[in-house]
Amino acid sequence: MNIVVLVKQVPDTWAERKLSESDSTLDRESVDAVMNEIDEYAVEEALRLKEAHGGEVTVLTMGPEKATETIRKALSMGADKALHVSDPALHGSCAVQTAETLAAALRTVPHDLVVLGSESTDARLSVMAAMLSEALGLPQLSGARKVEVDGSTVTIERQTDTGFDRVQGSTPAVVSVVEKINEPRYPSFKGIMAAKKKPVTTMTVADLGLDPGTVGLANATSEVVEQTPRPPRQAGQIVKDEGDGGAKIAEFLAAQKLL
Amino acid sequence: MAAVLVLVEHAEGTVKKVTLELLTAARRLGDPVAVVVGTPGSAAPLVDKLGEYGATTVVTAESDDVATHLVTPAVAVLASLVASEAPAAVLLASSGEGKEIAARLSIRTRSGILTDAVGLEADGTATQSIFGGAVTVRSRVRTGTPIVTLRPNSVTPEAAPTQATTRSVDVTLDDAGRAATVLERVVEKKGSRPALADASIVVSGGRGLGSGDNFTLVEGLADSLGGAVGASRAATDAGWYPHQNQVGQTGVTVSPQLYVAVGISGAIQHRAGMQTSKTIIAVNKDPEAPIFELADFGVVGDLFQVVPQLTEEVGKRRS
Repeated sequence: MNIVVLVKQVPDTWAERKLSESDSTLDRESVDAVMNEIDEYAVEEALRLKEAHGGEVTVLTMGPEKATETIRKALSMGADKALHVSDPALHGSCAVQTAETLAAALRTVPHDLVVLGSESTDARLSVMAAMLSEALGLPQLSGARKVEVDGSTVTIERQTDTGFDRVQGSTPAVVSVVEKINEPRYPSFKGIMAAKKKPVTTMTVADLGLDPGTVGLANATSEVVEQTPRPPRQAGQIVKDEGDGGAKIAEFLAAQKLL
Repeated sequence: MAAVLVLVEHAEGTVKKVTLELLTAARRLGDPVAVVVGTPGSAAPLVDKLGEYGATTVVTAESDDVATHLVTPAVAVLASLVASEAPAAVLLASSGEGKEIAARLSIRTRSGILTDAVGLEADGTATQSIFGGAVTVRSRVRTGTPIVTLRPNSVTPEAAPTQATTRSVDVTLDDAGRAATVLERVVEKKGSRPALADASIVVSGGRGLGSGDNFTLVEGLADSLGGAVGASRAATDAGWYPHQNQVGQTGVTVSPQLYVAVGISGAIQHRAGMQTSKTIIAVNKDPEAPIFELADFGVVGDLFQVVPQLTEEVGKRRS
């Protein structure tokens, strides 16, 4: 079974994140960059499926040159090779353009499964699995907390508010995972050394046969027209409990007409 | 006036509150057209309510396929209406499924998409709160039909009664639309509490509770307020509360009228999921906990004393 796992390099959640002042795109320079957290679960699930069913795991990312670090991390966890879509022309691409670019890249790699995380911590759209399924015409098996593969049949437990839906499709399929699905492994020293020798192919917009007039900030389907830092929140009232803390909250709620 | 399509969220013959919010927002942009996608017979009980909130037209799309295929039936219906009605915008709830429908529709119609909007202006410009609330942006769609998902509780629903005209359309699924099938829907925990994502009151518990059993305190307070129960990642990772109740960056994002954080320190991962709540109450024994920076009212103290007292007070005032 050949699996392509999508990863994304994002600014560290714990850092102060910003948009660039010049073009309101993500500021990737001023903060530490890490692999998007849920992507580690996606890589882990891809590796477990490979371990159970054989085949190969290919890492796919779209991002600037620096995103190589995130590719190496996935390779050090145990993925076999990588495809890095990198081109200055892609800077500032919106979700639609990103999905179109990733779909074009996926068409160049044979795959039975495309595995990705349910959402990135920077843009937080939670749309990529649905967009790729639509663009590629593949079954959308999204929000999985459990994945089972039996021959060409893939069944997931899709987490819902009250439980789960069992959803099934045939390979090739797109599977997105939630954090509950597994516990990602840490790269071993051996894995880190081996990752340095694993093949990473870089592709540009031209290599993918995309029209340069459709990608990047200038051609994005949506745009940020204004960005403002959050106004400092009006300082609240903080009291020490003197045995009447619960009653005081109730009074506050009543005064706010929330009770 | 151009039509504005509103995808109706409904369950058991009732229109969800977020849909009334969407209809209220839609009236600023144009002529609200409510689109009901459901199994046969599900649309009729919804029409009066949709008219009451200003839908001049209710388009009903009923098919058994809606039970067995996720997302794609609504995408097919909306895509065909985008082609026939040339709407000014398509509005959906920022629920998990709402965002997935919006996502597929944006690819199919090659249109820009704005998710998790907390405000919407008459020209379609949306306000979004990003990076855990650190930055507010105003964004607009440049290509195709603006597709906007609105976070629940962002707009106060206002009635604007009108006599809605009803018409029905077919649900036509192609092979790709049938590629994934729902085998069964399993309810693990059927509660009487409101759903977390669109509840107007949320009470969440964190590490300070010390055990899963102690979540009964949080549930008790939530029930007295008529709210939903949430949990911090520390609590769900420890197995104290189900993962689907996690509020935060890797869980559910909520924006209720009232958010009560019990024994939650307020790490960025949690704040990202609740920062846009209207009123925030915090109870924590650590006066340095970052949650107090957000709180409109905070009590530094022992939650095992404060919370039962609050629950009792709420009960008294409500009775």
